[in-house]
Amino acid sequence: MDESWKRARAVFATFAGPPVLWLAAFFLVPLAIIWAYSFGDNASLTRIAISGTLANYIHAIQPLYLGIIAKSLWFAGLTTALCLVIGFPVAIAITFASEKSKAWLLLLIMLPFWTNLLIRTYALMAVLRTEGYINFGLGFFWTGLGHLTALFGHPLPAFQPLELLHNNFAVVFGLVYVQLPFMVLPLYAALDRLDRSLLEASLDLGAGHLTTFARVVVPLAVPGIVSGILVTLIPSIGAYLTPDLLGGPSSQMIANVIERQFKTANDWPFGAALSFLLMYMTFVAIAVQAIVARGRKARGR
Amino acid sequence: MNTGAKTIIRFENVTKAFGKVIAVDDVTLAIEEGEFFALLGPSGCGKTTLLRMLAGFETPSAGRILIDGQDISRTPPNRRPVNMVFQSYAVFPHMSVAENVGYGLRVDGVATAERARRVEEALALVKLEGYGARKPDQLSGGQRQRVAIARALVKRPRVLLLDEPLSALDAKLREQMRSELAQLQEKVGITFLFVTHDQDEALAMATRCAVMNRGLLQQVATPSDLYEYPNSRFVADFIGSVNLFEGRLVVDEPDHAVVAAPDLPTPVFLDHGVTGAHEATVWVALRPEKIELHKRGEGRPAPALEDTPKGHNQVAGVIRQIAYLGSESVYEVELEGGRMVRALRSNLARRDQEDFTWDEPVWLAWHACSPAILLS
Repeated sequence: MDESWKRARAVFATFAGPPVLWLAAFFLVPLAIIWAYSFGDNASLTRIAISGTLANYIHAIQPLYLGIIAKSLWFAGLTTALCLVIGFPVAIAITFASEKSKAWLLLLIMLPFWTNLLIRTYALMAVLRTEGYINFGLGFFWTGLGHLTALFGHPLPAFQPLELLHNNFAVVFGLVYVQLPFMVLPLYAALDRLDRSLLEASLDLGAGHLTTFARVVVPLAVPGIVSGILVTLIPSIGAYLTPDLLGGPSSQMIANVIERQFKTANDWPFGAALSFLLMYMTFVAIAVQAIVARGRKARGR
Repeated sequence: MNTGAKTIIRFENVTKAFGKVIAVDDVTLAIEEGEFFALLGPSGCGKTTLLRMLAGFETPSAGRILIDGQDISRTPPNRRPVNMVFQSYAVFPHMSVAENVGYGLRVDGVATAERARRVEEALALVKLEGYGARKPDQLSGGQRQRVAIARALVKRPRVLLLDEPLSALDAKLREQMRSELAQLQEKVGITFLFVTHDQDEALAMATRCAVMNRGLLQQVATPSDLYEYPNSRFVADFIGSVNLFEGRLVVDEPDHAVVAAPDLPTPVFLDHGVTGAHEATVWVALRPEKIELHKRGEGRPAPALEDTPKGHNQVAGVIRQIAYLGSESVYEVELEGGRMVRALRSNLARRDQEDFTWDEPVWLAWHACSPAILLS
């Protein structure tokens, strides 16, 4: 017994060692360096002195930056809520589809992952811009309608294309488009595990479909809802490409600001402080969630 | 079951097809108020589909289902006066026992105080007083089933449907639940309809059984009639253990009949007539416990049977296998010609099982009233 434990430990170390070393060398150490920078000064153009100053954090909690963080949270929250509202019916539809079409529907959900995010975002621009497909289609119908009303002596004014791109709408629209699969997949996983006889039991006991949904499906899908929210919300807060390409001057999110500190402004300590401010917030959120979960478990016992 | 009872459920020519597979084939069946009715059959025979059509989870492809004379074939499950106990129990894992039992009343809008009273009542009925605050994961399988039963009964259904109610319980608990379910049914007076593949379960609990095979209704009868008067080889074989011999009907008089079976050296004599064509192919069904074992050998003549003419209903053989089951022993006897016949003997005295041993020559004999004649 002793012998085999020792051997198992060696096997464990052999397999776990390289990834741990890799993560330490290329993730934890760089992260620690950035963290150290957040307490530093720009000594010269290329040298950062780690002086232990809190000036970067004090700079970061100015209303300007807090406002952008708040806006990022608002965009991410809205995106997550929309993904949940759109994704839940999709997940239910896949769950109750026939075995054959289920595989195809899941493939369709995952198909966007096979295309680069940048290309997908540019494609979205082609859809949303003033000469894009949406405006083209709307214009076509508007002109047709104009011909029709002209027959009755009421011609319509010329079509004004909608401003769909480079604003907050475009950012949230793009984020929902990008994040939706991340919401659908955990929801589907939770719903697929659901024992169908529980739904039948609810109907059998006199509940309608809506009551069954509210009292049985949603409570039992909570683990899937929580993980769906987490995997949608966290990447959305730090989204960079979508607001950069689809957003206007007033729809910049925190990642865009951080990028400018590291690149254009060449102020690494301040960029590091902004990054870690976001990270501290995430830690607090996870801690709160863990406390809530523990409380719920304690009540369940 | 009293014959004057009112019909509560009526299946009229009900057929259910899933694509090309016909799960239920033209079933017509009436179940009366107060019955403890079993739908019995091997897996895939359509019994569960029939139950699910009654609950509303499947729609008949043809035919109608009536409850109290009302056609409910197209009524959604939540508007039918029946409630179901699922095979997996389907107890809501996120609700306490009391919330589970009160669920059906809550969605019906029953006031809180009234609901609490009826939940308490239902829990007492299934002997789960004081368990209301527990969560399902703190209950044993048997207790979860009681919750499922209470949850269905609290709605005071016209019919309680039970899908394989005992299949998930261990052997000891199953025995106990059999009698408890029967007692419960007597107490609440609600018609119970249950599905099972276990013939012992059906015989022990039901007042009447319907045997199904491949979507077809084979026979509807009381448990003892099913066992003693099966109407087909399928039913005879499915219910209990049986020896089947193919033969020809050679004599068919109102008060007796004789069947010649190639596997049996002597013809089979029956004390009643058979409504079959002369020389028709029939099957003789003989239950193992209705075959007597007698010693055979020097100075031991064939046993005399008072109700049977000489030279009938007795065959010579040799014991090849003995299975000692405690209360009884099962003997596999090889006849001349190689046919194996199963006979059963109760071990009434302590050393009874030592009377017969392996490779012992024996006579097998049976009374004229024992065999059942099957035409299909």
